[in-house]
Amino acid sequence: MTDRIVDLEIRLLLEAVFEQFHYDFRGYSMASIKRRLHQALAHFRCDTVSELQSRVLHEADAFPQLLSYLTVQVSELFRDPAYFKTLREQVLPHLRTYPSLKIWVAGCGDGEEVYSLAIMLREEGLEDRTLIYGTDVNPRALKKAEAGVYAADRIPLFTRNHQLSGGKSSLSDYYTAAYGGAAFDKSLTRNVVFSDHSLVSDAVFAEMHLISCRNVLIYFDRPLQNRAVELMKQSLIRRGFLGLGARETLRFTEHAEAFTDFARDVRIYQKRGDQ
Amino acid sequence: MSRRSHEAVVIGASSGAIEAITTILPRLPEGFRLPVLIVVHLPPDHLSTLPELFQSRTSLPVKEAEDTEPIHPGTIYVAPPDYHLLVEIEGTLSLSSEEPVQYSRPSIDVLFETAADAYESALIGIVLTGANSDGANGLREIWNAGGTPVVQSPDEAQAPLMPEAALAHCPAAQVMTLNQIAEFLIVEGGRHD
Ligand SMILES: C[S@@+](CC[C@H](N)C(=O)[O-])C[C@H]1O[C@@H](n2cnc3c(N)ncnc32)[C@H](O)[C@@H]1O
Repeated sequence: MTDRIVDLEIRLLLEAVFEQFHYDFRGYSMASIKRRLHQALAHFRCDTVSELQSRVLHEADAFPQLLSYLTVQVSELFRDPAYFKTLREQVLPHLRTYPSLKIWVAGCGDGEEVYSLAIMLREEGLEDRTLIYGTDVNPRALKKAEAGVYAADRIPLFTRNHQLSGGKSSLSDYYTAAYGGAAFDKSLTRNVVFSDHSLVSDAVFAEMHLISCRNVLIYFDRPLQNRAVELMKQSLIRRGFLGLGARETLRFTEHAEAFTDFARDVRIYQKRGDQ
Repeated sequence: MSRRSHEAVVIGASSGAIEAITTILPRLPEGFRLPVLIVVHLPPDHLSTLPELFQSRTSLPVKEAEDTEPIHPGTIYVAPPDYHLLVEIEGTLSLSSEEPVQYSRPSIDVLFETAADAYESALIGIVLTGANSDGANGLREIWNAGGTPVVQSPDEAQAPLMPEAALAHCPAAQVMTLNQIAEFLIVEGGRHD
């Protein structure tokens, strides 16, 4: 019973966030939002979600902090090496036939996936003809992505992932140690544009050859997944590629027929030529 | 005492999990009506073969849990490697790549806490063998929501730490052997009302 009151408070909070800040979390998976709001209550020292709502509406710096609870940034360089290996060995040969390329990392978080792709494109000699867009709804994440500095203790994992993904160079070629962190080479983002864009409320902004949208759809309910996939479908060229997270699928969305399985085991799809 | 009849079972297990779960599953009869949601801690490369392994021991359908899918009765869902498994209050599943909880992803606590919220008193939660304390908080949440917490007898468990931790957090839990757990589930899952 009391728990259903919490659900009501959460709905009201998300309405308030939408009205006031124009971030729309109303169609997100609530079980996960609820867990993270519980953590936010501890952080803000609030007893109830209603109290949190009041803080967020009245204190200027509260919303950016709340946003980091409403979104999940957890990632790795070359997360799921098999995904990047398949991109390298099977998708890039297709992309190589185009004189210029556009790649969109939708929900790029702190940028790990963008740096992974930039390194891979350099290794494969495609860096100069490729423009990468990294977009996210969390401005703090975009700032971190632009900075490209990751905690030093994550480097062994990143290095292992990079090797398993078929890396042709040493990851240490791309970063320098700085302040207990590893700062990735600025030249990697020469052809990268980071910007604020929501799969929930924003529109198509360019024609892409490859969209990598990993572990973003799992935070959406089905109607929102449909909306986001539709947007990505419209953003892809014919026979463009769409890569999802290791346990994400188009199967339950309305747009499954617009794509074929390109590499089923790593969830890479290809838009049909007649779409 | 009037209580809702049970609508779902959640099971968490770590070290010794496979032996324990494959002792229970073959006992569940055809027509067993409760969905069973399972989180096992294993290195990711082993985890992805779990549904097949379990399927070879039961006639009930076993599958890896998928994001947004509705929970069907009599079906056994196993959390995929490297994702948390959560239950939505509408009775669907969702996955999340949030941080590991107590070093675990999937986390037993995350499944138990969200299932407790969704099923309230209609949930059976079972903590089996394991060498950490995942599941202890979640089991307590199940109890708080009016559900039925069960712990494998630490004397019998291959790794007693996890059942012991669960009991310490949730002293009201019923202590059962694997055999008794199977019998309990057969009774609860066979009842149509
Ligand atoms: C778990 S991270 C994914 C990081 C990386 N792609 C990966 O798989 O490792 C999810 C990201 O999606 C972003 N996100 C959430 N809602 C979004 C939306 N409506 N549009 C775009 N990005 C969104 C979050 O801010 C977060 O940075």
